[in-house]
Amino acid sequence: MAEFVMPTLGADMTVGTLLAWMKKPGDEVKRGEIIAEVDTDKGVIEVEVFNNGIIEKLLIEPGAEVPVGTVLAIIREPGAEVSSATTPSPAEALKPAAVVSPSQLESRVRISPAAKKLATELGVDISRVTGTGSGGRIQRVDIERAAAAKLTDDVVRDAAGERQARMRRTIAAAMARSKREIPHYYLSTTIDMSNAMAWLAEENLKRPVVDRLLYGVLLIKAVALALREVPELNAVWKDEKLNLCPEINVGVAISLRQGGLVAPALLGTDKQNLDELMKNFRDLVKRARAGSLRSSELSEPTITITSLGERGAESVFGIIYPPQVAIVGFGRPMEWPRTMDGQIVLRPAIKATLSADHRVSDGHRGSLFLTAIDRLLQEPGKL
Amino acid sequence: MTQDEIRATVLRILGETAPEADLTRLKPDVSFRDQLDIDSMDFLNFVIALDEELDVRIPESDYPKLSTLDACVELLSSWTTVKETS
Repeated sequence: MAEFVMPTLGADMTVGTLLAWMKKPGDEVKRGEIIAEVDTDKGVIEVEVFNNGIIEKLLIEPGAEVPVGTVLAIIREPGAEVSSATTPSPAEALKPAAVVSPSQLESRVRISPAAKKLATELGVDISRVTGTGSGGRIQRVDIERAAAAKLTDDVVRDAAGERQARMRRTIAAAMARSKREIPHYYLSTTIDMSNAMAWLAEENLKRPVVDRLLYGVLLIKAVALALREVPELNAVWKDEKLNLCPEINVGVAISLRQGGLVAPALLGTDKQNLDELMKNFRDLVKRARAGSLRSSELSEPTITITSLGERGAESVFGIIYPPQVAIVGFGRPMEWPRTMDGQIVLRPAIKATLSADHRVSDGHRGSLFLTAIDRLLQEPGKL
Repeated sequence: MTQDEIRATVLRILGETAPEADLTRLKPDVSFRDQLDIDSMDFLNFVIALDEELDVRIPESDYPKLSTLDACVELLSSWTTVKETS
């Protein structure tokens, strides 16, 4: 038997609220399949299972808030016999904290669990809401629209404000821990983006709008490939030692519209070509802002990129997100006066920074890493 | 398509791009990227939606001309007019 537990979706997460099960006892599940929705300070997360098997028993009812590591369900592995000895009795199962009532769950209205919870929070009558999802299913966005139309601005602001305040507290706790425990060192370099921008402009000229690339995707890919050269930055600090990560999963900091941010991973970043990366990046941003990230995207980043975009400051020095050991920052694209052949010329450029953990690397290796990013961006066609 | 229809379409797409924005306060002659705090990914999604809704292929070199609501309407009007008479 395998235990399916409340996952840790980042070092700052201590509890989560089970919103809904996507499976029932007796259902077959496969590794990577989404079997539950969990509400966290980062929003609603779709939780994947890590084992193949059959759902033996669901131990926690929707609505219950439980600590990370709590066993939520028992999964019978393929070929194993049904056993009652290893599973707690129904009486031992945790009860919900009255977040979602059974009558609501049994409603015939087609509505996602996340939307149902939001409707409860905002006092929206779901029987009056028209769903825009598949088959008329009501989604969070429908509830938000209905709430905006029905409720006063103050009520909406209060509900959103509470979630934002929780997220800010969570970010503050993680960043304070990072600054307290991790001896950061900082490096920066200016990267000439002439080749990258010219290549991108030419490439996008050939593409329909929907297939165009953002320069940010070049940066992500360059970071992923540079990590192959300096693997100690693609790692986590656990049990007082460096643990190298076999996969390169670059996390990207995404600002949320209500305030705050999340940094989910593009899994297997170095193995994706630019088209795949762009498509997946676009999807990731959309889902991050819609509150539908997956657990693996939050639990498996091996490094983070924070980028200020086209209208931000010139440079940013990030704070490492534990247990990761490095964060890369990119400022806004700018004009860089550079001496070439005895002339001062303006070149498009970007400032790249590295904040890294001195327990696992030093300035020399960090510098090699930034240099590798620079070198890779000079040949964008090979990314 | 009239200019009013194009303006309404642009506003609707902006509303979908930045759902939290109060478009009634949008100043038509000021950059909406600044007013609505939309980033490069939002802007790409905005352009893709314009492309799909209005059947216009907007080259990247024209992105700066889509900076304000008024400028959007002016540029897109010129293209849809050309399309109708071609």
